[in-house]
Amino acid sequence: MKKLSVRRRHPLAALVVLLFALAATGGLYAAFAPAEKAQADSSQSLAIEEGKKLYSVGCATCHGTSGEGTKTGPSLVGVGSAAVDFQVGTGRMPAQQPGAQIPAKKVAYSQAQIDQLAAYIASLGPGPSVPTKAQYSPGGADIANGGQLFRTNCSQCHNASGKGGALSDGKFAPTLQGVTPKHIYEAMLTGPQNMPNFPDTTMPEKDKKDIIAYLGEVDSGKTPSEGGLELGGLGPVSEGLFGWIFGLGTLIAVAVWVAAHTTKARKS
Amino acid sequence: MSTTNHATDDASAPRGKAPAGERLADWADGRLGVYSLAKANMRKIFPDHWSFMLGEICLYSFMIIIMTGVYLTLFFHPSMNEVTYSGPYVPLQGIRMSEAFNSTMNISFEVRGGLLIRQIHHWSAVVFIAGMFVHMMRVFFTGAFRKPREVNWMFGFLLFVLGMFTGFTGYSLPDDLLSGTGVRFMEGAILSVPIVGTYLSFFLFGGQFPGHDFVARFYTIHILLLPGIMAGLLVAHLILVFYHKHTQFPGPGRTEKNVVGMPLMPVYMAKAGGFFFLVFGVIAAVAAVASINPIWEFGPYRPDQVSTGAQPDWYMGMAEGLIRAMPGWEINFWGHTLQLGVFIPLVLFGVVLAVMALWPFIESWVTGDKSEHHLADRPRNAPTRTAFGAAWVAWYMVLLLGGGNDIAATHFHLSINAVTWFVRISFFVIPVLTFVATKRICMGLQRRDKDKVLHGRETGVIKRLPHGEFVEVHAPLDQGQMYTLTQHVQHQPFELGEEVDENGVRRKAGPVTKLRSKLSQGMYGEGSQIPKPTAEEHAEITSGHGHH
Ligand code: HEC
Ligand code: HEC
Ligand code: HEM
Repeated sequence: MKKLSVRRRHPLAALVVLLFALAATGGLYAAFAPAEKAQADSSQSLAIEEGKKLYSVGCATCHGTSGEGTKTGPSLVGVGSAAVDFQVGTGRMPAQQPGAQIPAKKVAYSQAQIDQLAAYIASLGPGPSVPTKAQYSPGGADIANGGQLFRTNCSQCHNASGKGGALSDGKFAPTLQGVTPKHIYEAMLTGPQNMPNFPDTTMPEKDKKDIIAYLGEVDSGKTPSEGGLELGGLGPVSEGLFGWIFGLGTLIAVAVWVAAHTTKARKS
Repeated sequence: MSTTNHATDDASAPRGKAPAGERLADWADGRLGVYSLAKANMRKIFPDHWSFMLGEICLYSFMIIIMTGVYLTLFFHPSMNEVTYSGPYVPLQGIRMSEAFNSTMNISFEVRGGLLIRQIHHWSAVVFIAGMFVHMMRVFFTGAFRKPREVNWMFGFLLFVLGMFTGFTGYSLPDDLLSGTGVRFMEGAILSVPIVGTYLSFFLFGGQFPGHDFVARFYTIHILLLPGIMAGLLVAHLILVFYHKHTQFPGPGRTEKNVVGMPLMPVYMAKAGGFFFLVFGVIAAVAAVASINPIWEFGPYRPDQVSTGAQPDWYMGMAEGLIRAMPGWEINFWGHTLQLGVFIPLVLFGVVLAVMALWPFIESWVTGDKSEHHLADRPRNAPTRTAFGAAWVAWYMVLLLGGGNDIAATHFHLSINAVTWFVRISFFVIPVLTFVATKRICMGLQRRDKDKVLHGRETGVIKRLPHGEFVEVHAPLDQGQMYTLTQHVQHQPFELGEEVDENGVRRKAGPVTKLRSKLSQGMYGEGSQIPKPTAEEHAEITSGHGHH
């Protein structure tokens, strides 16, 4: 035993242990993995295959036959599956007509087809991939921190409670009401069109979750507004209009009514 | 005098004392002389036309603001000390904020009736200033600002401006992200003042913006200084209305020397009392139904955060519009920067308001009219004034649009740049177009009045004459209507007169006099009024032939 305990401190001992360990895991992997991998590979390549077909019908005119980009659409090499899932999943892609900004519209593909398109685009070059449910689901997140982060990073474009706002030249930051957690996550990850992106290096996964939780909390489609009618949540402009029309307007109508019911009119 | 009255009353009701109210009145009369005061004032007449109740809307909403404001002061802490939120509103729990914000959250979520009172307070401020705007326009368009009411016009105007600033300071108190942005905006405007800007800003904020003082300072200004001045002005305003008596619209039996309407007591008072509750009811209903300034959605103010769609309340929207429309010019010299992009709007803000405030004085100078006026003008009979007022309102509205350019852009799917350019061009063009169009409309209406007087009113009855011609039957107006349409005085333009007087001495009119004559020509010259029909014209037309 003494011999072993001396050798244990030998400078090369660590290397020997490492080699043993590698050999063991390598052997294990060789024993179990190949079949699974082959399976995954084949379903993956099937998806890529299908995605390529869908792509050449619906997207190639603008993005080029193999995603290299054309005059009417940017290159999709390296945008990753998250970008595709967001763009097609919110109905922005396939784009219809050129304008200041491509708006979200009715979604043209089923989720299965979107996944295939995403797989194809992801195969063109590495990029951010579609987040998993564990990444984006807001359960247990810190709502207040999310609000703070949202006001620091997003409200200058999207308004403090995510009601949207105008950007230059007809571009706009859309309302975030009713956007799904997955798409919020992907938007932050990929920075669609005029939105900056917030990769995990600048905004870690946890912060993204907090923001998603905050947006869920202030979404007036889900939680009632404390003060009554929200008037679009647009702040003083809509309040001013409402005050003039329904406040002063009603009061003037009342004044007209009072003045019309006068004793003086019936004076002899 | 009261006692004699009283004695006879007693005689008719031998036993028992007079009713309590009467005894109280007697008591008061003995010491304060209320009966003679009342006799002199209670029968003051108040004409009734709905537009004369706009002032009352202002008065009552001001009262509502004071009452609800007092309630809010019981719970609001005007302090910028930092605290951590631990109230019931989840999305802010654990966030650091000023005590001002924290206490406003407390009022909104925990104080009984707090949110409703906050919303009544804010909505009535919005309605109050809107009411003043319309009231002011009523006074303007009817010429009710003319002698002897110029001073009251100025009192009123001051109330309007002070109202704007009271609103602004109040809006800043909760120290939320939206109002903080507004205060920052104001700081920017102050900083742009050449030479003294920085000193002024440091003085107001007690150092670097935002510092730790501004909420406490704004609080004093908002609840003491400005409302105090306003209450004083308001009383003076009402005393003058009382003293001058009210103007009235022209009509048979109404002259410059009388007022036709209801006596203040009891009819008018009863109505006014009822009207107060109607105003309160409407504002309370609005406040119960619609949210205003939901500060929890904006979060507490931090200078490093900002939200899009950051606008002030509507009454400051004009200032916002000026800033948003103004190109960001600046001049650099000797290491100093002149921020024209902000300073010019600051100056224009004063100019836009001053133009309206000074109009009565400009008008009386141009017309040289020194007589008293107690009959309201029908707006069409003063086309230049009416056109000017309409142009001013249009100008104001253009700036309001400028202040909401982003909301206009997103809601009408326009480019914000296009909206801003529209505002820039409209700032110069729209008032001119409105002026021309309004003047023409007024002239058209004058012509129609003249037609009506001379040819009667169209009855809609078509008659066929024996030789086949169709004519519409015109019914003559009755005397009263005829009077209403022709009672107004038409000014003659102020002529410069001969360059050389009858003795051959040259009389040189100075440039000021020449300007006055030019303006007067514009106001009352041929292009600006239709000579009203004379009795002779009327007699000639109605005397027989030629009339269909
Ligand atoms: C009419 C032309 C057009 C069609 C068709 C079209 N796109 Fe696009 N696409 C664009 C343009 C233009 C942009 C760039 C938008 C921008 O960033 O302003 C874009 C952007 C994208 C992006 C985001 C790229 C990035 O940098 O994040 C993705 C992903 C995308 N398209 C996928 C698709 C897919 C998938 C389809 C087919 C379903 C499709 N597009 C069809 C024009 C088109
Ligand atoms: C510079 C302004 C800007 C900032 C900052 C910004 N966004 Fe955006 N955002 C945009 C624009 C512009 C779009 C629309 C993009 C498009 O249509 O492709 C958008 C789109 C989105 C969408 C998609 C909405 C939809 O209708 O599908 C989400 C979600 C979103 N942003 C979330 C965020 C979050 C969260 C942040 C902060 C971390 C943020 N944004 C910061 C400008 C911005
Ligand atoms: C605190 C705000 C104000 C209150 C409470 C108030 C109240 C009133 C009231 C009750 C009257 C009599 C009724 C009426 O004509 O409507 C009146 C008349 C008048 N107001 Fe105001 N007012 C306010 C602001 C203003 C403003 C902003 C102006 C114009 C700049 C103005 C100018 C006048 C004038 C000239 C009269 C006399 C009108 C006449 O006799 O026909 N007031 N005001």
